[in-house]
Amino acid sequence: MSTQSKKFDEIQTRVINATSKVLPMHMQIQGLKLLIRAKKKTIGARRPIPNFVETPLPDVGTLNLEDIDVSNPFLYRQGQWRAYFKRLRDEAPVHYQKNSQFGPFWSVTRYEDILFVDKHHELFSAEPVIILGDPPEGLSVEMFIAMDPPKHDAQRSSVQGVVAPQNLKEMEGLIRSRTGDVLDSLPLGQPFDWVSTVSKELTGRMLATLLDFPYDDREKLIYWSDLLAGAASATGGEFTDEEAMFDAAADMARDFSRLWRDKQARRAAGEAPGFDLISLLQSGEETRDLINRPMEFIGNLALLIVGGNDTTRNSMSGGLLAMNQFPEAFVKLKANPELIPNMVSEIIRWQTPLAYMRRVAKQDVELNGKTIKKGDRVVMWYASGNRDERKFANPDQFIIDRSGARNHLSFGYGVHRCMGNRLAELQLRILWEELLKRFENIEVVGEPDRVQSNFVRGYSEMMVKLTPA
Amino acid sequence: MGKIIFIEHDDTTHVIEFKVGSSLMQVAVDNAIPGIDGDCGGECACGTCHIIVADEWFEKTGAPSDDEEQMLSMTPERTKTSRLGCQVKTTEAMDGMTVRLPEFQM
Repeated sequence: MSTQSKKFDEIQTRVINATSKVLPMHMQIQGLKLLIRAKKKTIGARRPIPNFVETPLPDVGTLNLEDIDVSNPFLYRQGQWRAYFKRLRDEAPVHYQKNSQFGPFWSVTRYEDILFVDKHHELFSAEPVIILGDPPEGLSVEMFIAMDPPKHDAQRSSVQGVVAPQNLKEMEGLIRSRTGDVLDSLPLGQPFDWVSTVSKELTGRMLATLLDFPYDDREKLIYWSDLLAGAASATGGEFTDEEAMFDAAADMARDFSRLWRDKQARRAAGEAPGFDLISLLQSGEETRDLINRPMEFIGNLALLIVGGNDTTRNSMSGGLLAMNQFPEAFVKLKANPELIPNMVSEIIRWQTPLAYMRRVAKQDVELNGKTIKKGDRVVMWYASGNRDERKFANPDQFIIDRSGARNHLSFGYGVHRCMGNRLAELQLRILWEELLKRFENIEVVGEPDRVQSNFVRGYSEMMVKLTPA
Repeated sequence: MGKIIFIEHDDTTHVIEFKVGSSLMQVAVDNAIPGIDGDCGGECACGTCHIIVADEWFEKTGAPSDDEEQMLSMTPERTKTSRLGCQVKTTEAMDGMTVRLPEFQM
């Protein structure tokens, strides 16, 4: 991001914060949309919005090293990612791509190097964003996953109580009964879409509970999450209509401001605060006035929504696919259901629902023989590290009793390690426990549809046929 | 050689022999003590080998580094004698030490 546009964002954030007391947040965001539209007309867009058109990717063996571009959003969908990343791990583990559609960036692809970058937040900053590209122009929201200590620490600690042991224990029964309800409603012996019927439904219900969001409106959470994570400029996703992002952000701001004010009023009237995320934010010293900082307010809520959505959703679908590609694993699982907890870790390793996190070097850093310059973008490819043969034996195999499955990178390491990891594991464990009780066979019919993205490794449709036990 | 006593959250007790020099995380993992994960393998980068040292033994474990402090601060069950097992190297002075495990490793 240029200094001039950074300045523009800073001024914009200051104006938004200052006017937040007199203007409802959703109106501010609609105002921003008009401002950016006018700016694009008069001085032009900051950068063109990329529009990715799918073409078959070349065999990686035919490319020169410097031409390998793993930011291509079709790499996963076309099943080429394994070969591309293997070549980088073997021949250029710290690799520079200078001409990508997202600008120049470094790829770190080996397990040990990724762990190094993730641990050293003093060398590699998570600011201003953790995705490879830029968010839609004018929507520079702030979230604690993309903040460095100490600001990060204070904001994170305000919300991590939502997944503290007491809450997890209370949630277990609820998750189990909901999972049972959804599984009992599935058609038997005929194909249906697992993604929309099970994976999206279960994660959507969970999120509505965590946020204490109106239960019947929970589809909105899924829609916002998909839109925010699927911006073409940010992750190479399919959404190119940036004004639609403003509309979604405005909707989100309106609904969550209402929720916030409502809870605030109830608390002022003497009601005890709940254990949902909004109540926790209102209790945290650093976050109790978050509503006066709209870009942070929206950013942190977006983080919690996206963080709990694509991740668990795609692990719920991915586990099924793994079981179908490795049928001996399903036989072993049925004979040894006590393997479920380890299998959950193996699913999360094998699927790696988020491909990477991005950093920016805060100073020149030597890594595996290359000099990363201060200011360079550095992408830690978890999806590659989780298939690094230097760390995991037979890394492409799905082995439910793999030793060291827990060492996977999917949750990240260091201060930004996934806050919802235990909740995600709990949801997946219960899903598999309840599946085994009900079904003799779970067959994936045909090939699933994969999402267009360099960030989300997920499925948009997966047809499944169930045989009752 | 000496003994460390690991007590799980539900009070299940394990008396484990250790070799001086290995970390408490390694001792626990090598003996398959439930309740310690050690996901990052001892890099002080995940916080899943959280242990709570008995008050009277805490001084013997030394002082946590800044990195360890930061990872501990992310743990909701943190107490004033919390440590990360991977950052505590066992010494002869720890023979007989009691450590408790939290309910969850976050």
